[in-house]
This record gives sequence, structure tokens and C-alpha cells, in this order.
Amino acid sequence: MRAKYVLSEAALGLWRNVTMTVAMIITMAVSLTMLGASGLLFLQVDKIQELFYAQIQVSIFLTPEITDEQRAELDQTLAADPLVSNYYFESKDDAYQQFQSLFADQPDLVGAVEPESLPESFRVQLTDPEQFQQVSEQYVTAEGVSEIVDQEELVGEMFSILAAVQTMALVGAAIMAAAAMMLVANVIQVAAYSKRREVAVMKLVGAPNWFIQTPFVLEAVVAGVIGALLAFGALAAGKQFLIDGPLSPLTNLLTPVPWRNVLLTLPALAVIGALVSAVTGWVTLRFYLRK
Amino acid sequence: MIRLERVTKTYPKAARPSLDDVDVMIDKGEFVFFIGPSGSGKSTIIKLLLREITPTRGRVVVNNRDVSGMRYWRIPTFRRSLGCVFQDFRLLPNRTAYENVAFALEVIGRSRGVARRVVPEVLELVGLGGKEHRYPNELSGGEQQRVAVARAFVNRPLMLLADEPTGNLDPDTSIEIMRLLDRINRTGTTVVMVTHDSNIVNQMRRRVVEIENGRIVRDQPRGVYG
Repeated sequence: MRAKYVLSEAALGLWRNVTMTVAMIITMAVSLTMLGASGLLFLQVDKIQELFYAQIQVSIFLTPEITDEQRAELDQTLAADPLVSNYYFESKDDAYQQFQSLFADQPDLVGAVEPESLPESFRVQLTDPEQFQQVSEQYVTAEGVSEIVDQEELVGEMFSILAAVQTMALVGAAIMAAAAMMLVANVIQVAAYSKRREVAVMKLVGAPNWFIQTPFVLEAVVAGVIGALLAFGALAAGKQFLIDGPLSPLTNLLTPVPWRNVLLTLPALAVIGALVSAVTGWVTLRFYLRK
Repeated sequence: MIRLERVTKTYPKAARPSLDDVDVMIDKGEFVFFIGPSGSGKSTIIKLLLREITPTRGRVVVNNRDVSGMRYWRIPTFRRSLGCVFQDFRLLPNRTAYENVAFALEVIGRSRGVARRVVPEVLELVGLGGKEHRYPNELSGGEQQRVAVARAFVNRPLMLLADEPTGNLDPDTSIEIMRLLDRINRTGTTVVMVTHDSNIVNQMRRRVVEIENGRIVRDQPRGVYG
């Protein structure tokens, strides 16, 4: 019977102050959407990093004047190098074929280039892609090497963009979360004020503190959970209509966002939303009702 | 039962203390008036006994428990051993007389069955039999105060605190309320009443503690308003 009282009081409180409740739910939803998006991005960045690092090559371009001995010597050094996981030699003809297939839609360009004008190269995969610098220093001075190019620099730039997007989402989530918490505090104070007579009587006759506070905290928690549901809806819609829609070429190039991850955000956001609301509400009441 | 030991209470920003080094002892079953002009500090005593405030110095002991140092979470249980009525009745306007009294039982976890048995009994005791389902605005001031007394008494507290309970009532109604408090006192309940209603004090002839500027200036059994 007391549970019924607590629940009906919470429902009544949400309804009595409906505009503030809606404001609280919306801020909560926006904040949690941003948090969820940055969480998904975080899971994604890890996977993208793995994928790309596995594919990263260091290209050691050779000078046209390289002798057969110099080439053979380089070949041996690479074979013995512990930093190299595997490598292959790309001849002028291989390079020309690559070039042809790469620029198949620009026959003029293909026509203007001879196999002879393309450089030979060793394509090297590193055991640890982060050690590019070391490898580069080691080979750039070797006889017959003209240039060393690492794809990691390109990939690194992409990752720093992803990281920046993620940071922005987190900062946005934090700002919205602060706004949501202030709204929760305000809603609870208004609710406690509108019920001040009941609260005063309850305190006077010795109702336990949890019994006085629970309806208010529950109000905040319900709003937090509704906010989380909306945030999940937004993320699911984003997956359905953006990532699997117009953005799918981009995401296929990187790694696809699995539904499993999106579904994972539902319990995570619900717990975070409920917890943030409950703690904010409880702390507010501690100050507001204490006497 | 109640002991104030060298109690001083200075409110923040106040120039002088509301209570200044006050010693009082009240036995179980006593009926005590605290009298004095407004601002003398007599209402501060009720607040201290309810543990709404804590003393700046000294000890407040109620039912052998030091209230001044009591932890926040123990207060609710402590307050169940007290009943309290005020000048402004403090009834819930959207509940009937019955519901107002039952509310005090419900919120401390008593079952609806208990309320159905106890509430009509206590409403009968305060003389409101037949008016259980009236709302506060359908009752006279005296009747509203009776509901408040019923609510304070329904848990059979050891002690009833009354802060100017007749302050909003006409003399005849006041006397009826005093008869009611007297009856409750005769069941063994200690009654502490703060008032400046000289008529009532003079008629009741009970112990009178007079406070002026935060100090006790008179404490006499079977006293008058002075």
C-alpha cells in the first residue's frame, strides 16, 4: 500500500509540473544521445585502428640507378629484420599494372605513362606499425633507396579527426548533462515545494526519510529513463537512416557499426540516465528537506 | 522524561540568544505551560524538543535520549514518540478528517486495517464522531484543531507538544481544546504547551514556567499567568 502511495505520488508529481518534466526529459535525451554516439564511436575507433594497422604498408621506393647487388642486399636485410613481418617486391611492371587498374577511367593518363617511368619498390608490413620512424631511419640511408612512404601518417590524420569528433561529442554530452542535472534539481525542488504541506506533516509524525524522498527521486529516475529511451531511439534511427543509408559507402570503407553495439547502448544509457537523475535528486533533497 | 541542561540557543545572525543557559526538568505525566511575551524564546523549546533545531550549547534529553547529538536518520523514529499540534493546525486541505489522521499512520507503515480500527476511536475521543468525512474547510477552527490533536495522539505518544494551540481560537473553543488536552494528560501523556493565553493558564492551575529574554524567570507548580 505504501508502494502504491509512492508510485502514485511520483506520477502525480511528473504530471503536475509537466513543462519542466518535458524540458528535463529532452535535455536528458540529448545528453544521452551524445554520450551514446561518442561511446559507439569509441568502440568503432578501436576496430578501425585494428583493421588499418593490419593493412598498413611502408613503401621503400628504389632509385632507377639501383644495381642488382644493392637490390639483393636490401632484400636480405628486410628478410632478416625483426621489425618486418612480411614484404614483397613490386617491379616496374607490377607498378604499371597497379597504375593501370587504379586509373582505368583516365586512359589519357595511362597512355602518357610508361612502365619505365614508375619506380620499383619494396612493400613492407611491420610487426608493430608504430615503429615506422625506426624503420624509416634504418633504410632511408641505404644504397639505392630514394624515398620511404608510410601510410600511417595518412591514417593517423584520420584518427585524429575521429578523436576530435569523439571529444566534441563528449564535451557536448557533459554540457548537456550539467544542464540536465540542474533541471532535475529544479524540478525536484518545485515538486518538494508543491508538496510542502504533506512533507511537513510526514516529517512531524516521523515518516522515514526514504519514504518522504522516494516519490521525488522516482520522478527524476522516470524522467531519466524516458530520456534514455528517446536517446536510444535517436541512435537506432541514426543507424537505420544515416549509417546504413546515405553514409553506408563511408562506413563500409571503415568498419560497419553492428546492431549489437547500438543495442548495447540501451541498457547503458538507461542505467546512466537513471543513476544521474537519482543521485542528483537525492542530493538536492538532502539539502532541501534537511531540518 | 524531558531535561534541558544548561541549554543555550543562538540563531545564526541573531544579536542575542533565544534561550540563555536554561535548565528545566519535566517528569512523566506532567502538564507544563511555557509562558512569556512573543520573542521570549518559548517556541524555541518546542523546536528543540522536536529536534527541528539543535542547541548551540547544552543538552536536550527526551525519553532518556540526548536529542541534541542525534543522527539525522534516527529523527523519524524519535518523532514517533511525540505528538505535536500548532496554532495553524497544519491539516492537509485535500483530505478528510479521517484521512488526515489515517495519513499519520500510513506514512509510518501501519496497515490500512489498523487505521480503520484506530482512527474512528481517536476521532470519537476528541469529540468528532460523525464528522470523519468532512474536509478541513467544512470544519470550524476548534474542530480542525481537534483533528490535529487526534492526529498527534493517534500513535499514543509519550508526550504531546502544543505550540500556541489556542492562538487562532475564540475563548470558548479554547477552553474545549484545553479540556481535551487535559483528558489526554490524564491518560499519562506528558503535555508541554507554549502559550500566552493568560485566561487558560489561570484556569488550568498547572505548572507554569515563565521565560523572558531567553531566561527562566519563574517556575511554579499550580501557577497563574502572573
